[in-house]
Amino acid sequence: MELPVISNTPSESEGGGCSSSGCGTAPDALGHLPDHIRAKVQDHPCYSEEAHHYFARMHVAVAPACNIQCNYCNRKYDCSNESRPGVVSELLTPDQAIKKVLAVAAEIPQMTVLGIAGPGDPLANPGRTFETFEQLSARAPDIKLCVSTNGLSLPQYVDEIAKHNIDHVTITINCVDPEVGAKIYPWIYWENKRIFGIEGAKILIEQQQKGLQMLTDRGILVKVNSVLIPGVNDEHLKEVSKIVKAKGAFLHNVMPLIAEPEHGTYYGIMEQPEPTPEMLQDLQDACAGDMAMMRHCRQCRADAVGLLGEDRGDEFTLDKIDVMDVDYEAAMVRRKEVHDSIIEQLEAKRGNAKPKVEDLGIPAESRPVLMAVAGKNGVVAEHFGHAKEFLIYEASPAGVRFISHRKTELYCGGMDSCGDGDVVDAGATESLLDRNIRILEGCEVVLCSKIGYEPWAKLEAAGIAPNGEHAMEPIEDAVLAVYKEIAATGKLLPAVDSKKVA
Amino acid sequence: MALQITQSCVNCWACVDVCPNDAIFQDTPHFLIDDGKCTECLGDHGVPQCAAICPIEMAIVDELGEFLNPPGR
Ligand code: SF4
Ligand code: SF4
Ligand code: SF4
Repeated sequence: MELPVISNTPSESEGGGCSSSGCGTAPDALGHLPDHIRAKVQDHPCYSEEAHHYFARMHVAVAPACNIQCNYCNRKYDCSNESRPGVVSELLTPDQAIKKVLAVAAEIPQMTVLGIAGPGDPLANPGRTFETFEQLSARAPDIKLCVSTNGLSLPQYVDEIAKHNIDHVTITINCVDPEVGAKIYPWIYWENKRIFGIEGAKILIEQQQKGLQMLTDRGILVKVNSVLIPGVNDEHLKEVSKIVKAKGAFLHNVMPLIAEPEHGTYYGIMEQPEPTPEMLQDLQDACAGDMAMMRHCRQCRADAVGLLGEDRGDEFTLDKIDVMDVDYEAAMVRRKEVHDSIIEQLEAKRGNAKPKVEDLGIPAESRPVLMAVAGKNGVVAEHFGHAKEFLIYEASPAGVRFISHRKTELYCGGMDSCGDGDVVDAGATESLLDRNIRILEGCEVVLCSKIGYEPWAKLEAAGIAPNGEHAMEPIEDAVLAVYKEIAATGKLLPAVDSKKVA
Repeated sequence: MALQITQSCVNCWACVDVCPNDAIFQDTPHFLIDDGKCTECLGDHGVPQCAAICPIEMAIVDELGEFLNPPGR
């Protein structure tokens, strides 16, 4: 139902990377922003969940070096502030990066944002990073540029950043207290020395805060990322949020720590716990209030290409780009047409109000219900066992809103087998299924197109009601329908039975 | 007087940019230090710069085979 086909769109990108429809966020998720900031971000795929269905972004990996050590990072892989750990991007020279960007921009006219986010810290590689930006501002002025950094070298490069077409900077700020910092950053490289512990963390924090202030003073948009590390900075992030907002960051994005032992990070090896989806959500709610803007964030890789959640990087490897002959002048004309038509659609959509639940006769005092949806392209489309992620929605008397993604691990290998309840490898299947059910904690219903007997029974035992009756229906309609059904039983009213459905 | 890069190196380029003598060069499977150019940073800096920034333990050794960033920090 969503995602009108955009003329000239390569067919693979139809339907895009996101599996949720309009992601269910209220259309005014950006409503609290001042007009000038709103105008800048509303068509940006990383900041407007609406726009991320239409516009695409790409990253180029030109910045390998880093100047600090984070305990959640292993430099065998890309910067963990910006991509999921364990990822290795294809390193490009600035010239190769320009070629790639122009090729992608010509091929995917929806690509409007180019970021440098790694694989190390972009500002620890000033030569490579700024040469790429310089050439791109000259040759492809219709592309917005953004950069992310750990902040250590930020103050010294603010002027350089302001010179280019860069309107967004992301700073990863995990703490404002050096004692907390010392548990996250073992050392930094500063003024030709390695500085350890609290002393190092103190310098890093000062530089981050100074850089943040300098950027916002110059009118450059700043997003702050924080990694939620249970027991280290969880409570502390509330204070971080207040401080960075006061300094003018337009958005504070809290991401979960990923600490798998196989990635060989310090935290991974030390078995530092990762936050549960519930913890993350509580903290996001407590910190920001504007998290609706980032709930669709997928922690892209440093060489990602395409709509959020999809990666078309394989179409643009170096050997393929080499033989592409790009006429960027012509491409720019076509890009402009495509952008205008997308913006027209977005504007039209912004005018449409979403249906209100009150109209449907749900009593205002009903409690909210979380539902997990195995969805694709905005409809309830996936078999429970095939879902790579669940989209978590909250239904309440105020409406249906998208909350977050929770990633699963596929437990079903075969295409049909588990639909009938056959279990191929009982041992492995068992634990993965249990794990997937565990990530659904807090949800009362799971919507999917089909589900096997075994997971059905397990879900019920866990107090989660499986529901396969809304296959191929638009997600929000389905969630609302189920909410109505539950409401009709009277179970949502406080005075009556407060036990879970199911 | 020269340091050396070991097979632990992950080719992150960090040392290359900070070497005052341009002594570090790309090679396969990993970066190498030109022992004709490396001065262990004497005269330029208080500590060898490559080791001060290298994020990988045991990636840089001195002539005695001692790691500048031993395991376990
Ligand atoms: S800033 Fe990024 S690349 Fe550097 S150590 Fe931290 S996570 Fe790794
Ligand atoms: S010790 Fe100094 S001179 Fe030698 S390679 Fe390292 S940075 Fe360069
Ligand atoms: S800094 Fe260390 S890991 Fe990185 S290239 Fe130099 S020796 Fe290799």
